[in-house]
Amino acid sequence: MATTVHEPPKIGEGGLPALGHSGNGGLRNLGPLDGQLRAVRDHAPAPSKTGIWVFLAAIAMTFAAFTSALVVRQGSALDWRHLVLPQILYFNTLILLASSVTLELARRKVAVFMGGIRNANDTPTGWLYGTLFLGLTFVAGQYVAWLQLRSEGLYMATNPNSSFFYLLTAIHALHVLGGLGGLLYVMGKLNRLVLRRSTLDSFSYYWHFMGILWVYLLLLLWMRL
Amino acid sequence: MAKVFAVTLVLITIASAIPIVMNTWHPVPDVSAHGQAIDDQMSETMWEAGISFLASQIILAWFIWRFSGNRPGEKTKIFPGGAKGLVIAAIVLVGIEVFALGIFGVKAWGQLYFTPPGPNAMPVQVQAGQFAFYFRYPGPDGTFGPIHPDMISEANQNFYGLDQDHDADSKDDVVTAEMAIPVNREIRLLMHSKDLSHSFYVPALRIHQDFVPGLDLQIHFTATKVGKYEIVCSQLCGLGHYNMKAYLEVMSQADFDDWLKKQAAFQ
Amino acid sequence: MHDMSAHAAVHHGPPTSFIRKYVFSLDHKVIGKQYYHLALAAVIIGMVLSWLMRIHLGWTNAAIPGLHLLSRTGAPGDVMTPEYYLQLMTMHATFMVFFVLTTAPFAAFGNFFLPLHTGAEDMPFPHFNMMSFWTTFVAFCVMVSSFFVSDGPTLGGWTMYAPLSAVGSVAGPGQGAGVVIWATSIAIFCVGQLFGALNFIPNVLDLRCKGLSMWRLPMSTWAWFITSCMGLTAFSVLMPACILLILDHVAGTSFFVASNLVLNDQLQPHSGGSTLLWQHLFWFFGHPEVYIAIVPGMGIVSQVLVTNMRRPLLSHRVIIYSMGSLAILSYMVYGHHMFVSGMNPAASLYFSFPTLAITIPSTIIVLIWMGSLYGSKLRINSASLFALGFISLFITGGVSGFFLAQPPIQILLHATYFVVAHFHFTMAIAAIFGIFSGTYFWFPKMWGRMMNETLGKIHFWLTFIGVYCIFMPFHYLGLAGNVRRYQAFVVDYMQPLVGVHKFITVAALFTGAVQLIFLYNFFYSKYRGEPAPDNPWEATTLEWSTSSPPPWDNFGGRQMVVYHDPYQLGVEGAHGDYVMQDSPEQIKGAHDEP
Repeated sequence: MATTVHEPPKIGEGGLPALGHSGNGGLRNLGPLDGQLRAVRDHAPAPSKTGIWVFLAAIAMTFAAFTSALVVRQGSALDWRHLVLPQILYFNTLILLASSVTLELARRKVAVFMGGIRNANDTPTGWLYGTLFLGLTFVAGQYVAWLQLRSEGLYMATNPNSSFFYLLTAIHALHVLGGLGGLLYVMGKLNRLVLRRSTLDSFSYYWHFMGILWVYLLLLLWMRL
Repeated sequence: MAKVFAVTLVLITIASAIPIVMNTWHPVPDVSAHGQAIDDQMSETMWEAGISFLASQIILAWFIWRFSGNRPGEKTKIFPGGAKGLVIAAIVLVGIEVFALGIFGVKAWGQLYFTPPGPNAMPVQVQAGQFAFYFRYPGPDGTFGPIHPDMISEANQNFYGLDQDHDADSKDDVVTAEMAIPVNREIRLLMHSKDLSHSFYVPALRIHQDFVPGLDLQIHFTATKVGKYEIVCSQLCGLGHYNMKAYLEVMSQADFDDWLKKQAAFQ
Repeated sequence: MHDMSAHAAVHHGPPTSFIRKYVFSLDHKVIGKQYYHLALAAVIIGMVLSWLMRIHLGWTNAAIPGLHLLSRTGAPGDVMTPEYYLQLMTMHATFMVFFVLTTAPFAAFGNFFLPLHTGAEDMPFPHFNMMSFWTTFVAFCVMVSSFFVSDGPTLGGWTMYAPLSAVGSVAGPGQGAGVVIWATSIAIFCVGQLFGALNFIPNVLDLRCKGLSMWRLPMSTWAWFITSCMGLTAFSVLMPACILLILDHVAGTSFFVASNLVLNDQLQPHSGGSTLLWQHLFWFFGHPEVYIAIVPGMGIVSQVLVTNMRRPLLSHRVIIYSMGSLAILSYMVYGHHMFVSGMNPAASLYFSFPTLAITIPSTIIVLIWMGSLYGSKLRINSASLFALGFISLFITGGVSGFFLAQPPIQILLHATYFVVAHFHFTMAIAAIFGIFSGTYFWFPKMWGRMMNETLGKIHFWLTFIGVYCIFMPFHYLGLAGNVRRYQAFVVDYMQPLVGVHKFITVAALFTGAVQLIFLYNFFYSKYRGEPAPDNPWEATTLEWSTSSPPPWDNFGGRQMVVYHDPYQLGVEGAHGDYVMQDSPEQIKGAHDEP
C-alpha cells in the first residue's frame, strides 16, 4: 500500500476533536486530482459499505411493508384460502443458500489473490461463476414454481394468497436478478483487475441478505398462506 | 426594516385573532347529548392555542424590534437560563399543557366511542353511495332484512338491494332519502357503504365517522333539540362529493311516528 | 497489488462536452441545480393549478379563458366541471408535495451543499446521484403526461384513498389510467429518492473532511441527514403501496377493494380487500413526508438565522436532537390522520399522545431560535426576512396542531379547511419560506451572482402578508365546518362562507402574481446579477471557503481541514467578528460546544 498522495497539513493538537468523532478525510484522499489511479490509504470506511446498508434498509422496509399488508389483508378477508407451496421452493432455498457459500469461497480467494499470491490456476472467478450459475438456477426454479401454480389454476388474481405469493416471490426474484447484475459488474472489475475489496464485500452483504430475505419470505408464506 | 417587520407581525397577529375573539365563524350550535364535552374541549384548546399563538408571535416581533442591526457598544447577550432553561420551559409548559388537553380529551372521546348504546336505542341504518345517503328503518319487526348487493339498483329504486318478495325481514323495512329521528331518544346508527369510503359528518350533532367499505360500523348518539340539520360527506368520494348531503330532521316522538307511517306507505 | 485495491471513484478532470457537463452530469452541484429547476417547473404548475382552483371556488361558474385548451371535457366552454376541479386539486397537491417540497429543500439544496459542507469533492456515488435526478425527472414527466390521457389525471386527492382509487374508471373520470399513471410516477419517484438517500447518508458518515466531526456539521447538513434517513424508510413503504395499487388496477387483484361493492348498479368483481390497508401504508409514509418537507427548512432557516444573527445558536445540539426526535416521532403518529376513518377508537387515543408529544421538540426548536434572537445583532436581508417569516408561519401552523392532535376535536375539524390551513402553514408555506430563504442566501454560491435585495424585500413583504391573507381565513372556514375538497358550496350552512372564499381567491391571485417578482429576480440575477464575492454574508461554514460558484472539484484541489464548530460568529478578537470553520487560527472565547 502506498501512502497518501496529498500530505495532510500539520494540525495543532488543540485544533482537532478526539479521534472517533473525527471526519477522516473521505473521498478527497481517495481521488488524486491528476487522474492517476494510485492506491491510497484512508481511514474512513468505504462509502460503498455504508451505502449497501442504506440500500438493504430500504429493501427491508419495503418487505416489511409487504408483510404488514399481508397480515392486514388476511385479517380483513373472508376469502383466505390455504395454498400448498410448490415443493420446488425448498430445493430453490438450498440453491440460494449454496450460492452464498460459493460467494464466501470466492471472497476468500480474492483476499488471498489481493494478498499478492497470484496463481494462474487458482483464480477466484470460478467460484463467482458458480454463484452466478446458482443464482440463475434459483430464478429459474422460482419460474418453475410459478408454472406449477399456474397449472393448478392459481393466477395472480385468483385469491389473495396467490396474489401475495406471486407478488413477494416476483419482487424477491427481481432483487436477485439485480444482484446477479451486480455480480457481473464485480466479475468485470475483477477481470480488469480494478476490483475494490469494499465493492466485493458490499456485494456479498447484498447477496447474503437476499438469502436471508428468501428464508424469511419462505417462512412467512409457509405460515400465512 | 426590522421594526416594520415587527409592527407588521403584530398587526397580522391581532387581525388574525379578531375573528376568533369575536366568534365570527363558529361551529353549528350543538344539539347532541355528548357535544358539550367536545365543545368544552374545543374552547379549552382555543384558549391555550390562542395564548400560545399571541404570546409567541408578539415575543418574536419584540425580539426582532429590539435586537436587529449592528448596535456598536452593545455586547451579544445570552438568553437568561440559556438553552437548558428553554428546553425545560418547553417540556414543562407546553408538555403539561398538551398532555392535560389530551387526557381531558379522553373523556369526550370515550363517551362517544367507549360506551355501548343503551338497550332501548333505536336502530337506524345509513347507507352511503356515490353521491347520496339512504336511510333504513327496520319497521315493526325491529330487524333489518339482508342486503343483496347484486340486487342494488338505482333504476329500480332498490337502493339497499332488498328482496322483499323472499325475505320476511325486509318486507316492513322503510327506506328513505332523509333521516328523521325522535328527539331525546338514543339512536344506534349502523353505517354501511355501498361502494366507496364516505363520511357521515353532522356538525350539529358533533358526529363525524367514515364509512368503511366491507366493514359495517356502529355509532350512537342522542339529539336534544327539534330542528332540521344537515348531513354531509367529508370523505372524497368522486365527482359529486360536494353534492352528497342529506337532511336530518329531529322531531318529537309523535311527529316521528307519523312521519315513519307516511314513509312506510310510500314503499 | 496496487491495481486491485486502487479506488476507481476518481474524476479524470472536469467534463467538457455539453451533455456531460449540463445534462447527464455527475457533478453534485449541477444535479442540485437540476433539482432546483425541476422544483421551479413543478411549483409553477402547482401554483397555476391553485389559481384555477381558487377562481373556481370563489366564482363557480366563471369561465377561465383558454382552460378548454388544457382539457376539452374537463372545461367545456372554459368552465371547470366538478370532476376537473378535483383532478386539478389532486395534481396541485401531488406536484407540490412530491416535486416541490421534497425536491427543492432536500434534493436541490442538499445535493448542492451537503458535499460542500462536509468538505468532500463530490457525492460518494455520482452515478447514482445522476440517476436520482433523472429518475425523478422521469417521474415528473409521467405525472405531467396524465393531463393528456383521455379522461385526465386522477381525481382521488393526493392521499389516493382506496377504494376510490382502486376500483377503476367506474368510480369516475381519471380513476382508471389516471390512477395507474399517478401510482407509477410516485413509485418511480420513490426509487429516485432512494438513490438520493444512498448518497446523502454515506456522504455524511464517511466523507467528512479532516477535523469535521459529526457535531461540527452545519445545521442544514444535519437536517438533510435526518431527512434522508426519513426518506429512506418512508419512500420504501410508499413504493410497495403503489405497486399494490397498480396491481389492483392491471392484474385484477383485490388488495384494497372490499367485497360486494356496487358502483353504477354493477357489482364489482373484487373481493375481500382491506379499505384501511391503503390508509395505513399511505400515512406511514405520509406523516414522515410532512417532516421530510419541513425539517430541511428548519436546517436552512437555522443556517440563515445564525449567520445573520452574528452569534451561534443557544444550543446547536438541542436543535439536532429535536429534529431527530421529530423524525422518530413522525413514525408513531401517522394514525392521527385516521381518527374518524373507522380505525379502532382506542387506537385513535394511542395515536393522539405521540402527536401531542411532537409539539415538544417543535416548541424547543422555535424557542431556541427565539432565545438565540435575544441579544443578537440581527442583520435584515431577504434571506433573514424569509427565515423570520418561516418562524412566524411555523408557530401559526404549530398551534393549529394542538386542535388536530385531539380525537374529540377532530370530530369537528377533520377534513375541514382547518386541516388545510394547518398543513399549508407548516409543510407548505413555511417550507416554501425555507426554500426562499435558502435561495436568497445561497444564490451567490450557486450561480456566482447576487440577487437583487430590493426586489427580494418587496417579494418578501407582499408574500408574507399575502400568505396570511390566504391561509389564516382557512382556519375560520374550518371552524365553521367547511368541508375540504368541495368544488362548490351547496350545503346550506356553508353558503354564507362563499364570501370568505372570494376573499381568499383574490389574495391567492395577488400573492401568486407577486411570485413573478421572484422569478424575474431569479432569472435576471442568474445572468446579469452583480458578481458575488466568495463570502458575501460573512458566514463560517465550508461552502463559503471556496469560490462562488465553486470549481468542479469544489475546493480547487485543496484538502479541507476543519478546526472549529460551524458557527464561530460574534467572536471577539477575530478579524471581523467571525472565524471560518477551516481557519486554523486559535481564538479565545470561541463557542465550541464541549
